[in-house]
Amino acid sequence: MSDLTDLYQQVILDHNRRPRNRGKLPSANRVAHGDNPTCGDQCDVYLRVDGDRIAEISFDGSGCAISQASASLMTTRLKGKTAAEAEKLYAEFHDIVTTGKEPEEISDVGAFAGVHAFPARIKCATLGWHAALNALKGDPAPATTESHTD
Amino acid sequence: MPNWSTLRDDFPALHQQVNGKPLVYLDNAATTQRPRAVIDALSHFYERDNANVHRGLHALSMRATDAYEGARARVAQFLNAAASEEIIFTRGTTESINLVAASWGSAHLKAGDVILLTEMEHHSNLVPWQLIAQRTGAKLRYLPVTGDEGLLDLAQLDRVLTPEVKVFAFTHISNSLGTINPVAELCARAKKIGAITVIDGAQSIGHLPVDVRALGCDFYAFSGHKMGAVTGIGALYGRRALLDAMPPYQGGGGMISSVDFFESRWKPSPERFEAGTPNFGDAVTLTAACDYLDALGRDRIARHDSELGRLAYEKLSVLPGIRLLGPKTGPRGGLVSFAFADVHAHDIVTFADEDGIALRGGHHCNQPLMRKLGLTGTTRASFYVYNTPEEIDVLVASLRRILKFFSGS
Ligand SMILES: Cc1ncc(COP(=O)(O)O)c(C=O)c1O
Repeated sequence: MSDLTDLYQQVILDHNRRPRNRGKLPSANRVAHGDNPTCGDQCDVYLRVDGDRIAEISFDGSGCAISQASASLMTTRLKGKTAAEAEKLYAEFHDIVTTGKEPEEISDVGAFAGVHAFPARIKCATLGWHAALNALKGDPAPATTESHTD
Repeated sequence: MPNWSTLRDDFPALHQQVNGKPLVYLDNAATTQRPRAVIDALSHFYERDNANVHRGLHALSMRATDAYEGARARVAQFLNAAASEEIIFTRGTTESINLVAASWGSAHLKAGDVILLTEMEHHSNLVPWQLIAQRTGAKLRYLPVTGDEGLLDLAQLDRVLTPEVKVFAFTHISNSLGTINPVAELCARAKKIGAITVIDGAQSIGHLPVDVRALGCDFYAFSGHKMGAVTGIGALYGRRALLDAMPPYQGGGGMISSVDFFESRWKPSPERFEAGTPNFGDAVTLTAACDYLDALGRDRIARHDSELGRLAYEKLSVLPGIRLLGPKTGPRGGLVSFAFADVHAHDIVTFADEDGIALRGGHHCNQPLMRKLGLTGTTRASFYVYNTPEEIDVLVASLRRILKFFSGS
């Protein structure tokens, strides 16, 4: 097994301890719920989309440190982005957590590279992202990690 | 002959390193390890006696039938059932409860009837009743749990156990709280109003002496893999009079007395409920597991497991911020379930694994109870005959390390 400090990096512990943009967003005009039935993790993502940009974003939920930190960091990444930019950022994040490769530009998401050595935890890391993308699409069906192949 | 001082030697899987540390296996409520005697019984059967049962007239088939029916008689004796015919082999607790709910339920439940459960039921003693409730129009009702102490709120029993209740199903030992329920009393109370009783014995079969006649239950369901036997085999005990009046659960070979193109006649229990080739290969391991546990002494197993549960509860209670579930005093099964506000159960399980400790984290198939308690899950350490007080010390030290890591100090 890889060293757990690779998985639980400082950035992750910090976001887990002091989550950013946590709680309901009263002005939200898009909401999506994500859940991971195998482990019971839950994540609601709230967006206020203005034109084609995410003007505000927040999340609420419960789960392991990986899922909570990932959702927290996701909100900081997606704020101000368009749907197309969000898709691209998710693709990059997905690459990081499944292959362990470092991000092209130095960024906090690199802290999630350690997840790839713990395949059972990839779903934890992607839960918030799935919910956010669903909210963007206005997809009313809850995001569930069970229907995704990662 | 197994013996308490050398017992760990009987379990091959215990003797290994995990992540460079000696394995500390504390996930026994999910499944126990198997003693050598069980593993040997399985290979002995396949190496010598394997043939289909009840069908052949040749030597191997007769030996296999003897082994299979011998296992039934052994389980009947283990539970103190009145007759072997009261033991139906199934895949385990889940299938046993589904069998009762579907077969007894379809014959006896109707709109206006009530199925009484408790708030601490495992999903497998809950979902099968939801399914039959939907099909028959019967309603579900719950006996509440008191809160973190995890006791059944017996003061509410008169309120919920009304004449509309036709069946009362409850667990003997809670898999997420460690509570040992007063099942004999619950059965007696149900009997007074004419309701049948179903005990989920998944967590009691391997841990306590179980005497179905002394308990006074109508059905008792259990899984072999939680008592040292292998996966894929378990049983349903049912009172003969009830079984004989129940329709088949599945149709197929072995369960009929005659088949016509348009209708068939059923054999009596247990064959009526065992359609198709039964799992005789795994059933023989129940005999070995019953023998093993009886040689250790089930009273002594109960004391050992309960003492470890109590000791773990006490030793964990000093950890900062811990929320412990289950009875604070009184009888307790061999498990402890706990949560921390700031560290999620799955993070604990991942870190404990690094120390060689096998724990379970999550809702333990008790989602409604967890929701009621305002929890998304707990971490659970569950004990069996081979666990020791020293292993609890290893657990406490590991938890201290984890708490320190997550608090950032
Ligand atoms: C209380 C309880 N009931 C039922 C079950 C289900 O047992 P099985 O999965 O072997 O059918 C379990 C085991 O997880 C349990 O702990």
